[in-house]
Order: sequence, then C-alpha cells, then structure tokens
Amino acid sequence: MSANHWNRKHLLSMRDIGRGEILSILDTAASFREVNHRDIKKVPTLRGKTIINLFYENSTRTRTSFELAGKRMSADVINMSVASSSVKKGETLIDTLATLQAMNPDVVVVRHSESGAQEFLARNLNAAIINAGDGRHAHPTQALLDILTIHDHLPNMGREDFQGLKVAICGDILHSRVARSNAQGLATMGAEVRFVGPPTLIPAKVEEAFNVKVFHRMEEGIAGVNVVMMLRLQQERMAKAYVPSIREYFHYWGLTKQRLALASATAIVMHPGPMNRGVEIASEVADDLERSVILKQVANGLAIRMAVLYRLCTPGSRS
Amino acid sequence: MEPGGCILIKGGRVVDPANNLDETADVLIENGVIRAVGRPEVPSDCRIIDADGLVVAPGLVDMHVHLREPGYEYKGTIASGTRSAAAGGVTSVAAMPNTRPVTDDPSVVGHVLDKARVGGVVNVYPVGAITKGLKGVELTEFGLMLEAGCVAFSDDGATVADAGVMRRALEYARAFGALIIQHAEDPSLVSEGCMNEGVTSSRLGLPGIPAESESIMVDRDIRLVQLTGGRYHVAHLSTAGALEAVAGAQAKGLPVTCEVAPHHFSLTEEAVNGYDTYAKMAPPLRSEFDRKALLEGLARGTVSAIATDHAPHDEDSKKVEFCCAANGVVGLETLLPVSLELVAGGIMTLSQCLALMTWKPARLLGIQRGVLTPGFPADVVLFDLMEAWQVDSGRLHGSARNTPFHGRKVRGRVKKTLVSGKIVFEEEKY
Repeated sequence: MSANHWNRKHLLSMRDIGRGEILSILDTAASFREVNHRDIKKVPTLRGKTIINLFYENSTRTRTSFELAGKRMSADVINMSVASSSVKKGETLIDTLATLQAMNPDVVVVRHSESGAQEFLARNLNAAIINAGDGRHAHPTQALLDILTIHDHLPNMGREDFQGLKVAICGDILHSRVARSNAQGLATMGAEVRFVGPPTLIPAKVEEAFNVKVFHRMEEGIAGVNVVMMLRLQQERMAKAYVPSIREYFHYWGLTKQRLALASATAIVMHPGPMNRGVEIASEVADDLERSVILKQVANGLAIRMAVLYRLCTPGSRS
Repeated sequence: MEPGGCILIKGGRVVDPANNLDETADVLIENGVIRAVGRPEVPSDCRIIDADGLVVAPGLVDMHVHLREPGYEYKGTIASGTRSAAAGGVTSVAAMPNTRPVTDDPSVVGHVLDKARVGGVVNVYPVGAITKGLKGVELTEFGLMLEAGCVAFSDDGATVADAGVMRRALEYARAFGALIIQHAEDPSLVSEGCMNEGVTSSRLGLPGIPAESESIMVDRDIRLVQLTGGRYHVAHLSTAGALEAVAGAQAKGLPVTCEVAPHHFSLTEEAVNGYDTYAKMAPPLRSEFDRKALLEGLARGTVSAIATDHAPHDEDSKKVEFCCAANGVVGLETLLPVSLELVAGGIMTLSQCLALMTWKPARLLGIQRGVLTPGFPADVVLFDLMEAWQVDSGRLHGSARNTPFHGRKVRGRVKKTLVSGKIVFEEEKY
C-alpha cells in the first residue's frame, strides 16, 4: 500500500486535486483491486467505521459501488434514499445532514440533484463528505475511476502517461457532472480534452471554463483520439428543445462503428452508465470487448471508492 | 429635539446637487422644513449640530426597496426596513408591491401607508402593481391607486412578459402621467437559470441566465414606448445590451430611464463561487464586461438613479442549495459607501453621485424630496466621506443579514439621518 499522506476531509470535486494526489489514489485503488478477486472478499481495514450513503437521486451503480466498497473493507454502511427519508416530510437538506452528523458517522456519501449541495453541506457542517454527484457540477469518484481505467490501457496505446493523450467527451455536456469532473481531472493529468456535441448541449464559454476544444461534428471531434467517452442523453431533453428527436441525435452524435473507425486504432470506448443503446451509442460498439471498457469502469469504480473511503476514514491517512 | 423646533447643522460641506451647491455652509431647519442654507441668522434657542468635517446632503431616495410587509413579516417589516434605511442615510423609499396581499388595490396602499406612519422611521412611498396579483394579465386601478398614494407601478419580481399587456399598461398610464417600472427578464430565457450564464456558471454547473434575457425585454419595451408614449423605467438594469438600448431610446427623445443597483456595478458573477447564496438575486450578478458597461453608463448619464433592490430574507430562505435559495440581497446600509466608490474611482463627482440617490429618483417618482431647497421637508444626511469601515452582516440595523458585501472595506460613514427635521438615526458609539 502506498504511503498515505492525504489531509483532505472531503472529496467534493476534481478542481483542486493535483496530479500527485490523483496518482496516489490510483495506487491505493490498484492495491485494493486484488481484494475484489479473492474468495473471501473482505478485509478488516475499516472495521468499526460508519459510512452513510445519502442519495437524493436515483442511482444503481454508484450507490451499490460505494456500499460494496465500504462493506468489503468491513465498515458499517447505511443506505438512505429519498423515498425512505424525511425529505418527503419537508426537512431541509442541512437538517437531514445535521441529524446524521449527530450520529457521528466517519463519512457521508452524498448524491444530490442541485449543483453545489455538497459544498454547501461541507461549509456548514462537520461531517466528512464524499460527493457522489451534484447536479451538473461534479462527480469526482467517477473521474478518478475513469482516469484509472484509461491508465490501465495506456500500455495498449503505446503510452507511458497521459501527456498529450486525446480524450473526446461526447454528448450532453451541458447537464453532465461526469464531463466536468473528467475535464478537470484529465487536464490535470496532462491529457487534451475535447467536448463534442450539439451546440445546445455545450455549456457557455466552456473553452475558457475548462480549457477544452469544442467540436459540434462527431466526425471531427473523435478524429484520431485515444479515448471516446460517451455520455447519457436524458430522454426529457427533447421536451425542452435541446434536440429534436432521438433519431436525429443518434444520426449525428451517436457512436457507431463507422465513426469509431475515425479514432485512433487503439482507442477505447467509455461510458459512465446507464447507457441508452441506440441513442448515444450503438450496441455493436458498446458490446465490442476489443474497444469497450464500460464494464472495466464499473470494476474500477469499486476499487476507487475503496481507496477514497479508506483515505477519508483513516485518520493516519489524513495526517 | 421636537419636530417643531429649530436645528442648525453647522459648518459642514453642504452638497445639494439639485441646487448645484457644494460649499461649506450652515443648514437651518425650522418646524421640520429647510429654512435656509448658507450663513443664516440663527434664533437663540436653536439646537446646533456640529457638522465640521462632515458632508451634509439631502437624505437619500431609494426608488427600489422591498419592505416585505404585509405578508412576509418574517423576512422584514416596514419598521425594520425603514430602520435599515435610516442607518444608511436613506430618508425616502419606494416600496415594491410584491407583498402578500400584493399592492394591487387602493386598500393595500392605504394599509402600507398606515403602517409606515405608525412604525416607519423614514418616508415610505408605495409602488403599485401593474397587474392584479402580479399575474401579468389584468391592469390594476392606476388612477385610484395614485390617489391612494402610489408613486409608480411595477410588477417587480415578476416581468410583464406579455407584450399586449405591457402595451396597454404604458398606454393607460399616460392618462395619469404614471411611471411604469419594468423588471426586465424574459421568463422563457431565464427558464431554470439561477445565475448569469458564462464561465462561472459553466464551471459551477449552475443553469445560466443569458444577458439577452434582459436586453431583449428592454428592446421590446422600448418599441412599445415608441408606440404608446408611456413613461418607462428599467428596474435594476444589469447588462451592457440593455444599457445600450436605453441610451439609444434616450437619444431619440423617448421617455425611457433606468436605475442600477450597487451590487451590479461593484460585483460580478464570480461572487457566486463557492455557491454563496448571498450573491443570488434577480437579475443575477453579471460579467465584468457588463459591470464596466454600467460604470460607463453611470459616467455618461444614461443611468438616472442608483437603487438598492433591498430585499431582506430570513436565514432559512438562504441557507439551502444555491438554486433553491431565494433571490435578493439587502442594500440600504451599503448604498452610500458602495456608491461612493464611484467617486473614489474617478467615475463621477460627489455631487453627481449624490444626484443619482437624491433629486433624480425623486423627480422620477414625482415626490418633493431629495433637495435642500428652503421650504422643502428637512430630510438630511450627515456623513463622513473618508471614514473607513468594514461591512459586517451581523451589525446591520434591519432584520436580515443577506448582504453580498460582508467583509468589504468601504469608505463613507453615516453619522446622522434626519427626516422632516427629526433625527431618526445617529451612529452608535462603541
């Protein structure tokens, strides 16, 4: 296990996480990966620690991933979701958190539909908070697991590091916290990030905000890239006039085999899930195990969340 | 001091923009009315207020204030709002109609004025709603409401979005020479936005509001002014585009004016970083480009008033996720010092700056305030132009703390505020 010098109390975004810090989390994650392939998938690392998963938005993979990560390290994990919480009774976010904090958990994993919700909580409360996704703003563990997945594939691309690596993040950038956190994390690692999508789904002044290149045509955006990261298009985007139809969206921005051929020959295809087959990605690409690393992302997600939980729950690792 | 008595404000630098006066002089007040300015003969029993080293100016007029009463007393009351005004040197406020019930009926106007007489410490001038319930559909009784004491009409907080309704409002208002004040934000462009659209909103992942939401509405309204000849005023103008439109209309001689708020000419969207809900208001803090344009507009004279959009909120309305937080900031107690930054920054002279907070808004509202002319009510502010202090949200005099200026180092300290010759505020000595 790598030396554990982390003095963060929270993990809120990728904005101020340095390259060394990212690499060290990748190292820790790599060392935990092995646990998940044992017969007995459990280590005592976090015995006696309490983790609360507080999810204000539906989530299958992220919540399961955090839950398993905690349990495989022997922490006590409690799941709270909106449906069963006091939110329906009109309790404010900060009161809910204050109540949980009074039970002295070691860390609270929060997902919320409002951008900045976790920063707001971190500013007003003492609990250690991991951001499991806030609105359109950030999803740092997703970025870390994506960086780990790309890192795993660098040798196949004939590369030693991220310097100059071309990554195209494609689709609904406007509403995507995954795109924002990845753009920040990948830029920190030295990669060149492109945002590709229809102009209605690209945030304002994004070149300046994230130091990325913007492409509106898929063919130009993914030409020669090493990584193609597809984003989910929410069905309700049609209603607000962002795009006219799924048919047209897929026609111009869907990742098909023909389009993927424009990327580097060793390019990998990623997707944070859940996928919309036939909307942003063709099944023949999603299921092509030569190129698609989507399930590897899921496996790496578990390792990354183990690493992050370990770091935040273990006082020694914070000193 | 009895209102009937005599006060001499002695030896101050008297700045009375309406009378083009900026010189060391005495101000004599009798029976709550300005009697003389200069070196008047003073009755022997006159109370003397030493104003040596202080600026003596007409009490400030803030044409855009939310007092919250009736209906939202937990955010602020006429008493707390006017106390805040007095502490900021503001002696007259125009109270916006988005209360509960809405000021859309002469009876509510009467209620506000009654409450102000009993609990208010400065002059309160109700602004009536343009449409019933601020719903943007049916006009209110402009004539009867003016008779009841309204000074202008606005659906502030909401925009009169329907062009046909705005046309009728501007047209009908001509019968009474009434001023129509528009909160100019196209609702379909604001949509779910909760801050200015730009680099910061993209970084923070907050839905943005494009500057065009304001300029498009102002452009449209100016066309309607051209059609109808109604008097039109843009509330809290915040964008370069809208300012350009107003300047263009003025060049054509149209009856179009605008006000700007101190937070819009002194802060930018970057204040939202960290998801600070005290930096959330409508229209939102804009870009540095827009802020600079406002400074130019102030310097050029396109802007007729500095108005605070003072909007007190209870803590619970602000201590939530950013987009869920209520819009609005308090501003009465920071109006003067933040506006004086325009003087320190060489944008305008002290007299020009004070004009934007005295006779100019008073004239727009048609009220006899904002001047030190003999015979007028003795509304006066005494302030130390250079005294430095730091804004502390915990030391404000109203009920709310939601200032975006907390911690800001400013200059210009109000020492005394008089309304009709009565001292309504004196700086506390710590």
